[in-house]
Amino acid sequence: MTMQTVLPVDLSAVAALSSLTGEPEWMAALRRESLELAANLPLPKLEKTRIERWPLDDFGSYKESPRLKSAMDLPAEVRRFIGDAEKAGNLLVQRNSSVVYAALSDDVAAKGVVFTGLSEALAEHGELIRRHFMKAVARDENRLTALHAAMWSGGVFLYVPKNVKVEVPLQALFLSDDASASFCPHVLIVADENSEVTYVDNYFNYNASGKLVHNGVVEIFAKPGAHVQFASVHDLSAGVTDLTYRRAVLENGARIDWIIGEMNNGHSMSDTASILKGEGSVSDAKVICVGTGDQRMNITTRAVHIGRHTVSDMITRAVMRDNSTAIINGITKIEKGATYASGEQTERVLMLSPTARGDANPMLLIDEDEVKAGHAASVGQVNPEHVFYMMSRGITREAALRLIIYGFLAPVVSEIPIRILEEQLKLVVERKLGQ
Amino acid sequence: MSNKPRFVIQGLKVAIDGKQILQGIDLELNGGEVHAVMGPNGTGKSTLASALMGHPRYEVTEGTVTLDGENVLEMEVDERARAGMFLAMQYPSEIPGVTTADFLRTAINARRGEGNEISLIKFVRMMEQKMAALEMDPQFMHRYLNEGFSGGEKKRNEILQMLMLEPRVVMLDEIDSGLDIDALKIVAAGVNSIRSEERTFLIITHYQRLLNYIKPDFVHVMMQGRIVKSGGPELAERLEAEGYDWIKEELGIEDVTVGREEEDDFKIPMNTLAPKF
Repeated sequence: MTMQTVLPVDLSAVAALSSLTGEPEWMAALRRESLELAANLPLPKLEKTRIERWPLDDFGSYKESPRLKSAMDLPAEVRRFIGDAEKAGNLLVQRNSSVVYAALSDDVAAKGVVFTGLSEALAEHGELIRRHFMKAVARDENRLTALHAAMWSGGVFLYVPKNVKVEVPLQALFLSDDASASFCPHVLIVADENSEVTYVDNYFNYNASGKLVHNGVVEIFAKPGAHVQFASVHDLSAGVTDLTYRRAVLENGARIDWIIGEMNNGHSMSDTASILKGEGSVSDAKVICVGTGDQRMNITTRAVHIGRHTVSDMITRAVMRDNSTAIINGITKIEKGATYASGEQTERVLMLSPTARGDANPMLLIDEDEVKAGHAASVGQVNPEHVFYMMSRGITREAALRLIIYGFLAPVVSEIPIRILEEQLKLVVERKLGQ
Repeated sequence: MSNKPRFVIQGLKVAIDGKQILQGIDLELNGGEVHAVMGPNGTGKSTLASALMGHPRYEVTEGTVTLDGENVLEMEVDERARAGMFLAMQYPSEIPGVTTADFLRTAINARRGEGNEISLIKFVRMMEQKMAALEMDPQFMHRYLNEGFSGGEKKRNEILQMLMLEPRVVMLDEIDSGLDIDALKIVAAGVNSIRSEERTFLIITHYQRLLNYIKPDFVHVMMQGRIVKSGGPELAERLEAEGYDWIKEELGIEDVTVGREEEDDFKIPMNTLAPKF
């Protein structure tokens, strides 16, 4: 049965995107096919969330932003995310639909590392990209993944060759300052055998206003023995609907560390999954989110165990204020054959308002014996005993609450690999906590 | 000019969940004095300490408490602390995400006021010094407050806080429970090191053992939510030797506890019938 769906984009817009960016025909064809798929695919089914009621129409259209010669040309608002803007090596900036700045320091480039916009990488690294693009997140999974495959622009391509260890974190900034411009970056990371890399990005609005959909996908391929550390903070304004899929496929002995800060102000859906395909692969995910105003959030973290002796650990902590709602899902799936798998997960929600809502849904789906799996989920309010304890040392009630609430999120904030971003995240958290 | 504290409790009656626990406590603590409060379990000793500190679950139904003439009962918990009161708790809270160091520095600065915060170097030096005196691993400074600490470590952390905050009215609620003899001696040494005219102590203890190391000036016995006997250090010794029965006989008390229901035959809750399908 075909569903007549009115899509936010049409074929001509997609074709225009292809020709404006001068991309290879296989990508243009992929876009056209994906758009057709999108017309017939349903929206994803989310736990206790009617995503069809969210504002999903304003995808904007492709608008190229002028390239910058140096990071110093970025507004001060944006430069605060970069340590030393003058030196700013190892930095990529996407503004609205396109990448405006990409720099890689010489010593990292000398090792064969590629860190550029995905769009521009198509010319030189087409084969490598084609082998991986939309292979972790398939375009026919649902209407959103199909739309992303049709609409994506700008993006990041990060390739780390075999045995290369990148000592410094590579940083990307995705900023939206024009609600009529599409904002659907695709991040593709391929970490070859035994490589090590840390990637950190930030999504935010600058001079924000207007409704927009951010439909983003992150795909990470960790080859045998590779170790990828991926940190991302989303701080988009209330008018933006954030839809993000993140998926890592891990080969033998590979490892991923996810550190995610969901700090948006509008409706948000995110799905962060690790596919533990190879034997001995490991996934560690830490997610925090703060809900404010009337926003609705659906945050899912997944670990799918396929190989033997695989290990996963997922921690999500959410603080809910005002009338916000968060449905927090933790899914540990252990497939038949994944013997000696070990999967742990914890979801903790702190309620600060009687009209806020936080659901913690742990799910263990186990199809194998000889495995270990556990979960802990709690939803609660600030413990008055803790407040009493702190006040009994002379700390005021407000200061005590601030310490306790911040302390609830601290274990994740402290994991952010770049000091300046940890500071930034602290500021974002404090702003969302209303302090 | 002396900073000798004068802490006066008069006719204090305290209830919890509607049940009357303290039936009228009269006590006067002056600077330089160490008062011990002893008694069997369930007599209201911890209630006294918690209520004095302002724990929200306890309701003061009657009586007054003043510190240097100021009405304590009208003060919020943090005001009482800044006025110089301190309670080393029997079961200290574990607060994740807040390090011991951050917590203490915030507490010290709350006392010192805005613009007069303690310098980081001075603070760290003070912490290191006090932790060394208590034979605490300096790593504890960076651990989350009490998280994963053993009972004994938590008690030592309470004493560390006492040493860092320099309070004027110090209440210790069963600081000796869960401590081995070595830890006990260290804690006692810490307490003794700050005995002065500018400080007064209210030590709640179940066992007399602690009082071998912290010699009290006054000993009070609580039963049924009241202080039923007061004396000097020799009272503690007699209790250690003879127990509480002689007091119960002297005063004609049968049941020393407060607020507990009649203890019927205690039935172990167990259901070993096979589940019905």
